Amino acid sequence: MKVLVPLKRVADPDNANKVKVTADGKKVETTGLEWKPNPFDEYAVETALRLTEDGTKPKTRAGEVVVVTFGPKECEITLRAMLATGADRAIRVEAEDDQLDGWLVARALKKLVEQEKPDLVLLGKQAVDGDTNQVGQILAELLGWPMATSAAMIKEDGEALLVGREVDGGVINLKVRLPAVVTVDLRIVAPASVYSKLTKADFKYNEGVRFAPLPAIMQAKKKPMAVLKLADLATDTALRIQYPRFEPPKGRAAGKKVKDVAELVDKLKNEAKVL
Amino acid sequence: MIDLFKFEELLTDDEKMVRDSVRSFVQARVMPLIRDCWREGRFPKELIGEMAALGLLGSTIHGYGCAGLGQVAYGLAMQELEHADSGVRSFVSVQNGLVMHPIHAFGTDEQKNHWLPQLAQGKAIGCFGLTEADFGSNPGGMRTTARSDGTDYVLNGAKMWITNGTIADVAVVFAKCDDRIRGFLVEQGTPGFTTREIQGKLSLRASVTAELVLEDCRIPLRNALPGAVGLRSALECLNRARYSIAWGAIGAASACFEEALEYAKNRVQFARPIAGYQLVQEKLVEMWNEINKAQLMTLRLGQLLERGLEDPTPISVAKRNNVKMALQAARTAREILGANGVVDDYVSMRHACNLEAVYTYEGTHDIHTLIVGQALTGIAAFS
Repeated sequence: MKVLVPLKRVADPDNANKVKVTADGKKVETTGLEWKPNPFDEYAVETALRLTEDGTKPKTRAGEVVVVTFGPKECEITLRAMLATGADRAIRVEAEDDQLDGWLVARALKKLVEQEKPDLVLLGKQAVDGDTNQVGQILAELLGWPMATSAAMIKEDGEALLVGREVDGGVINLKVRLPAVVTVDLRIVAPASVYSKLTKADFKYNEGVRFAPLPAIMQAKKKPMAVLKLADLATDTALRIQYPRFEPPKGRAAGKKVKDVAELVDKLKNEAKVL
Repeated sequence: MIDLFKFEELLTDDEKMVRDSVRSFVQARVMPLIRDCWREGRFPKELIGEMAALGLLGSTIHGYGCAGLGQVAYGLAMQELEHADSGVRSFVSVQNGLVMHPIHAFGTDEQKNHWLPQLAQGKAIGCFGLTEADFGSNPGGMRTTARSDGTDYVLNGAKMWITNGTIADVAVVFAKCDDRIRGFLVEQGTPGFTTREIQGKLSLRASVTAELVLEDCRIPLRNALPGAVGLRSALECLNRARYSIAWGAIGAASACFEEALEYAKNRVQFARPIAGYQLVQEKLVEMWNEINKAQLMTLRLGQLLERGLEDPTPISVAKRNNVKMALQAARTAREILGANGVVDDYVSMRHACNLEAVYTYEGTHDIHTLIVGQALTGIAAFS
């Protein structure tokens, strides 16, 4: 199986307090931010690796995993880390963050999919910066491919995938014919969530994503990294989503101490007006 | 940790990826175990396979299935391991600097081909026997002897404070042979070779420390390491390990600083977070300051090692400075945490206890002082 995994770097969510808005409120200040791969995209890469192996030989790939990102040259470390983790090939589409929106990325990905002809496009269910949760869905629509979002379980089944989606009160099981677009949720990296047709039924992974082995990091430079121009993939690069203004969230107001339940109820009723 | 000196810009992408990969491993695999391991006085052997798969064992060696890391990347990996615990880092330092390195640098092709792949895969564990109960800072006085007898060497003596001793498949043992110190490979199970774990440690509790006893222990002549002749060869190995300790100490200090900072920002006394008090700020600033200085110095040391360092004195400077700094940081962090700091739900006191041993192992703080003193004055104070 050939899998294409689009991924995005995001400001390190553990250092979220460092995110600042420029003085004019026009954009988020990105200089000096620590970057990490979007966690859901890391899960998508892990899923792609699991779907192209039997679980016991992580260096042997049955198929191909191609990772792609849109961004400046500094993003290449994000791709290299995925190559070290096991992906075969990387593509960077030259772009700045403020030149992109979900609609443009999805259209460019459509063109890339036509060139690469993967059997499956796997994405994180959303990026944890903008939380727009739309690229996978738009891409599936543009391609006219079956789609399953927020997958918590994937099992390869002939020319299709069985996909479990966790919803309130249970799991919806879908069968999507390949080629397809699937977005993944966090439980996809549980020990028994992903089975390729090679994986033994009783095989269990370690919880979470795999770590890039140090020898593979040293050799990741030898794996191919192509650089494309955004204009090669999308002729119309006008943004459909405009961000007129950013504001940091207001600081939390100090709490109030109450002396008894009666006062608490009174305040909830008359001040907070939630009762 | 706030990076005012843009340390990050001084690292290559490979170095950052190595650090981040080891950091993820430590968070996911080591941290959930380490408190209980320390409490139970148990080395987490179950991590050996995963540490090997990650490429931590023999990681600076090229070939034999090893990663071939540069010294800076290796140092950053050790920093991340000791962020969790000095004992876990010690395991890797010993396997790499004191076992795989001497076999690689001083061994025959047969020894290298036999041992290095299995040591890299974690299928064999090694230990390093130099120190004796009565010869710590003065290893040249050792009493362990080796004499050749037909097709064998016969070893007699005892080695003390040996990390990994009871779990090792092979021990690199130094002994006096015709008045010259030489290195030998002694395999577990050789008649006359026994090990005993040292109990009752209040430090490095998640690490195995042992005594090795050699009583008319016969090993074949081919088990001598041909290049390991003279105390210099042993000290060369120790310098490898000391370099990894210098980085490791930064990791331990960072863990304590991060814990103390977080605690101080959340702990409210007299209606204000204690981080808002001048005395606490002074402590935090001092810790952060020293960690940053140590990082910059140790990075430079790693770069020097990568191009070949003829005089090992800077390694002593870094080991001496960084471990003292880390021990101080751990004690200060424990103090900021108050009573909470003495409970092992917090990491600082565990680090402080570990660092007490690190302060005097692999060359005591004082001996490193005298090595630097000799470099400055030209006069050896210890001979």
